[in-house]
Amino acid sequence: MPVIVTDSGFQSDDWVGDYCKPCDPGSNPQALDLSSDIDPDTVLLHSNLQMIRVNIHNFADGRGFTIARQLRLRGFKGRLRARGNLISDQYTMARRSGFDEIEITDELAKRQTESEWLFRSKWKENDYQSLLRG
Amino acid sequence: MYKYTEFDKAFLLQRNSQFRAQVQRRINGQLTEEEFKPLRLMNGLYLQLHAYMLRVAIPYGTLNSAQMRQLAYIAQTWDKGYGHFTTRQNIQYNWPKLSDVPDILDTLAEVNLHAIQTSGNTIRNVTADHFAGAAADEICDPRPYAELIRQWSTDHPEFQFLGRKFKIAINGAIQDRAVIRAHDIGLQIIQKEHKLGFKVIVGGGLGRTPMIGKTIRKFLPESDLLPYIEAILSVFNQSGRRDNKYKARIKITVHEKGIEDIRTLVEDRFHRIRPTYKGLDQNILESIKMQFPPPQFVKADSTHFEQTYETDPIFRSWVDINTSEHKADNYVIVSISLKGHGQTPGDATTKQMQVMAQVAEDYGHNELRISHEQNVILPHVHKSNLPQIYKALRNHGLATANIGLISDIIACPGMDYCALATARSIPIAQDIAGRFKALKIEHEIGPLKLKISGCINACGHHHVGHIGILGLERAGKEYYQITIGGDATSTAAIGERVGPGFSAEEIVDAVERLIYAYLDMRKEPEETFLRTYQRVGLAPFKTALYPKTALAA
Ligand code: HEM
Ligand code: SF4
Repeated sequence: MPVIVTDSGFQSDDWVGDYCKPCDPGSNPQALDLSSDIDPDTVLLHSNLQMIRVNIHNFADGRGFTIARQLRLRGFKGRLRARGNLISDQYTMARRSGFDEIEITDELAKRQTESEWLFRSKWKENDYQSLLRG
Repeated sequence: MYKYTEFDKAFLLQRNSQFRAQVQRRINGQLTEEEFKPLRLMNGLYLQLHAYMLRVAIPYGTLNSAQMRQLAYIAQTWDKGYGHFTTRQNIQYNWPKLSDVPDILDTLAEVNLHAIQTSGNTIRNVTADHFAGAAADEICDPRPYAELIRQWSTDHPEFQFLGRKFKIAINGAIQDRAVIRAHDIGLQIIQKEHKLGFKVIVGGGLGRTPMIGKTIRKFLPESDLLPYIEAILSVFNQSGRRDNKYKARIKITVHEKGIEDIRTLVEDRFHRIRPTYKGLDQNILESIKMQFPPPQFVKADSTHFEQTYETDPIFRSWVDINTSEHKADNYVIVSISLKGHGQTPGDATTKQMQVMAQVAEDYGHNELRISHEQNVILPHVHKSNLPQIYKALRNHGLATANIGLISDIIACPGMDYCALATARSIPIAQDIAGRFKALKIEHEIGPLKLKISGCINACGHHHVGHIGILGLERAGKEYYQITIGGDATSTAAIGERVGPGFSAEEIVDAVERLIYAYLDMRKEPEETFLRTYQRVGLAPFKTALYPKTALAA
């Protein structure tokens, strides 16, 4: 069972719907599953869309953060999830870039415990970006 | 000088406590070495040949005396009594212990210094003209913009895991002293119809594939700075290559896609990002600018200076060579050479750092700068103080009169410290400096930039040296390739390779042949090595370097 990391710690996955992948251009899916090499400008933001999940296979691949930011700037207001082997130190970055939550494996959750993720959960503190942008 | 706000202080404290915890987690095994590596790198900690290496940022090269003293204290307490100033306005400590690093970082924080983003695939320490705020040819002080970029790039959530490192440099004078055309982004401050803005250059870089940056925006209004560079980073983060470390820099993206395509992508992103900046950044910029006022210039009698200048030829030579024109009357900019003949270029001992701090406090409005040429600068010195400064520096081996001359060599650490090196660079620099000192022709040769790197990564900027030396390795033996005609200024150019390399034993003789060929060919003493090369081309230098081959051919 995957673990979902949020501001309040570990949770089980409450998303029950399917992800559309690959997605037929004519369809109007509820949830998309994207890989980290996607060009965020090409993602069709359908009216039904509630969830976008971005898969990050390697934590050192930082493209997901730009994908999240661009999807938000394009107006996506639904649920945005990063999935993969992220490290707890990246939680703040993920939240600030526009992700709502991170999906990690059970195995990773055992090594990087909930307290480590919670250590980074106050992502609004000490943020130069909000200082500069307002 | 910029004073940390409560926000800056709180940020740094939190950051340091996070790193302390990361070190602990690594020691406990909760973080693998693979996971720890980017975390330590974004906090300035490398693993080198013999030990860890800590790279501390000197933002835009500006320091006050208290900060310099703290750098000295760290060298003494946790290192071997010296530090190494680098071409990117950082100081490196070569011998810290991992368990001491959190304490070192806290000690730096006491004087508003840090090691954040001095390594790793992040936006690095922003560099600027080391004469900023003092140079006679300045349009506008670049440091407030550099500070703004420092704040914006620090812990920027999108750009901590880029495909590769990203370097930004900014210059505010006519003469480019920040090598902006060899950076991922180079910013040149310009004035258009009484409005300040930037020429934005992108895709420069050295390393394996040296490239001179291309202009992406001819004029960027001052207030668009952050959203525009954010747009460039956004495009780079998404579309830069990640399949090959050597092709992962933005210079390759620009080269492969072409500057027009990149410009279109960047402008699109820029229009999307621009509205997220609602003006707070401009308020912060204004308050930063207020913190870089010119010093309280003094008026003083300089008769003693003039007398000493007339009567003491050694002092006169130091003044002539190591000072530059200042914008204020009777002021000069003093460059302190860290290139004493036979020394490691860029190294300073604890004592030397303390002396420089003291001199700055007594005679230099409390300000110091680190130049990318690995020297220390006293930006604001009244002429009347020069005799005392000279004396204080001379007593500590800091009065070498060689700024801009052949022994003012930029050299990377090379095989002596660096895990990536293919050859030594420090001993070569020492031998060359020693040779020209013995020949006593340094002053006759005049301005000459000699730069040495110990491998293809080009940390020593050899591509843009008038004479560049690249140390390589073949069959277990070091050899050195020579390039000539490189230029790091606004007329930036990559040097041309002259021919096959030389062994460590041959390289100093080779440089000497090159120099004598130049002295023979120059039209007049004012014609520099670079200008002579530009006039006569490579061929005569090649003949000088390879006399036997030329005879055979
Ligand atoms: C001792 C440890 C060091 C290591 C492991 C190291 C590593 C590297 C590497 C791998 C590159 C090539 C990057 C690329 O082309 O993508 C590079 C470039 C560079 N490094 Fe270093 N370096 C070290 C020390 C230094 C020092 C001491 C300086 C300053 C004196 C320096 C300044 C630079 C500069 C200016 C470049 C080339 C400009 C560019 O990024 O294109 N480095 N370094
Ligand atoms: S040029 Fe090579 S040898 Fe020199 S510091 Fe850089 S990586 Fe090391």
